[in-house]
Amino acid sequence: MSDFFEEPETPQNGANAPEFTVSEISGAVKKTIEGAFGRVRVRGEVGRVFKARSGHLYYDVKDDRNVLACTTWKGQASRLSVQPEEGLEVIVTGKLTAFGAQSKYNLNVEEVEVAGEGALMAMLEKRKKALAAEGLFAEERKQRLPYLPGVIGVITSPSGAVIRDILHRLRDRFPRKVLIWPVAVQGAACAPEVARAIEGFNLLTPGGALPRPDLLIVARGGGSIEDLWGFNEEIVARAVAASGIPLISAVGHETDTTLIDYVSDLRAPTPTAAAEHAVPVRLELMSWVEDQGARMSRAMGQGVMQRGQRLRDLARALPRAEALLDGPRQRLDHAGLRLPTALKGMTDARRVQLTQASAGLRPHVLAARLAPQRDRVEAAGARLDRAFAALTDGHRKRLDALERMRQTLGYTETLRRGYAVVRGDGDVVTTRTAAGRAAALEIEFADGVIAVGGGAAPSGSGSPSGPKPAKKSKPPTPEQGSLF
Amino acid sequence: MSGKPVEEMSFEEAMRELEGVVGQLERGDVALEASIKLYERGAALKARCETTLKEAEEKVAAITLDADGTPTGTKPVEGL
Repeated sequence: MSDFFEEPETPQNGANAPEFTVSEISGAVKKTIEGAFGRVRVRGEVGRVFKARSGHLYYDVKDDRNVLACTTWKGQASRLSVQPEEGLEVIVTGKLTAFGAQSKYNLNVEEVEVAGEGALMAMLEKRKKALAAEGLFAEERKQRLPYLPGVIGVITSPSGAVIRDILHRLRDRFPRKVLIWPVAVQGAACAPEVARAIEGFNLLTPGGALPRPDLLIVARGGGSIEDLWGFNEEIVARAVAASGIPLISAVGHETDTTLIDYVSDLRAPTPTAAAEHAVPVRLELMSWVEDQGARMSRAMGQGVMQRGQRLRDLARALPRAEALLDGPRQRLDHAGLRLPTALKGMTDARRVQLTQASAGLRPHVLAARLAPQRDRVEAAGARLDRAFAALTDGHRKRLDALERMRQTLGYTETLRRGYAVVRGDGDVVTTRTAAGRAAALEIEFADGVIAVGGGAAPSGSGSPSGPKPAKKSKPPTPEQGSLF
Repeated sequence: MSGKPVEEMSFEEAMRELEGVVGQLERGDVALEASIKLYERGAALKARCETTLKEAEEKVAAITLDADGTPTGTKPVEGL
């Protein structure tokens, strides 16, 4: 520092003052700040927090009038025991330095502590509310603890009273396989290591070289709220919530409740109590099993004995076969005696009924009713005959009249007056042309028919028809010849 | 009575069923043939429970971790 002030002391007026380059003065300022303050602790409230993609943290720590720019590099950030959150009252520890490129000074923070218990509790409340809103504490999320876990995973400090208490109590109750995952139980490393251990146990294979436990215990002895703080961290709570293995938390004394206790499947007040919840008492179980065996044998023996007794009782109560038949036999005799009387009584009763019914059924009653009907039938019959005769008589008279008229109008009467009908091949012939076409002609007179033949017919000499009929008439010739 | 083979049962399952078997036999409302079967099943369940109880032994090991915090194996823990 001294050489920095020595140089500008000699010149008296401004004009002769030496000139610095910007980098020179920036460097000098930086050197001055770093040299003058060294490591400092500053108390204030965290303002806006910016986490760059590079992993570096940029944030402000302020009081009611001034602001101090703070940075925490990526490598430092993971070692912070408390991550800066806006609004949190903190004490930051680090080195003051300057950043010449922006003409700014800032504090490079290596450690963040929550300032005072009130601020810590306020932060915890805030976290608890957020996680509760997510449903991480919900009762239905809780897993049932196995009744008798084969392997128990214990996440705690490998040395100290806690693991000893747990192992002792397990040994007393029910010796089991125990895998200890050593972790830091306080300080900045605590939360990430505990979270890592929970995840690590869940990743193991059941029955493997490193067997996956059936139950986890996260334990720590009593301590100040700061000592237990790791178990209030969100990453621990989330790891517990994500665990597929049921988990018992036993952190601090009975009066200390940390965030992990809300998420765990069971909160034990002490590590010893955790061991008690983890396994049943072997000796009690042995005597229970013995007892069950004895009860079973007794019940079985009794069952057989009771059945034997019942059988004997029933056998005694069983009546003789003869006695069983006595009743029915008596009933049979009684019925046999009553049978003939019953039959006679029955027929008598039926006979009376028949007589009563046939009383009204006499022939003259029916005859009396038949006589008038018969008269009516006879009268109707006479009327029918008369009516029918009259009807047929009328019809006959009309028929005779019609026949007379038919004869008067018919051609036979005309034949009697000297006319004749000429037929050629069966049809009436009315013209000469038709007569010429006919193979054979017939002439009907009033007293009969004569054939006037075409061609070779003996009676057909007058035919002028020529050769055609002659040829045609050949087949009929013998017929006609035979006719005469 | 569930049909699950006794050897495949967990201790708790065997225990619960044994309790049920004893209860049924004590009520005495099971037919004789069925009660004999039940008794045999109960005896098997009891044997299963006893084996688990007898086999109980303590074995404590601590997981060893590498620099990244990844488990590498175990080392025996003594004197705790």
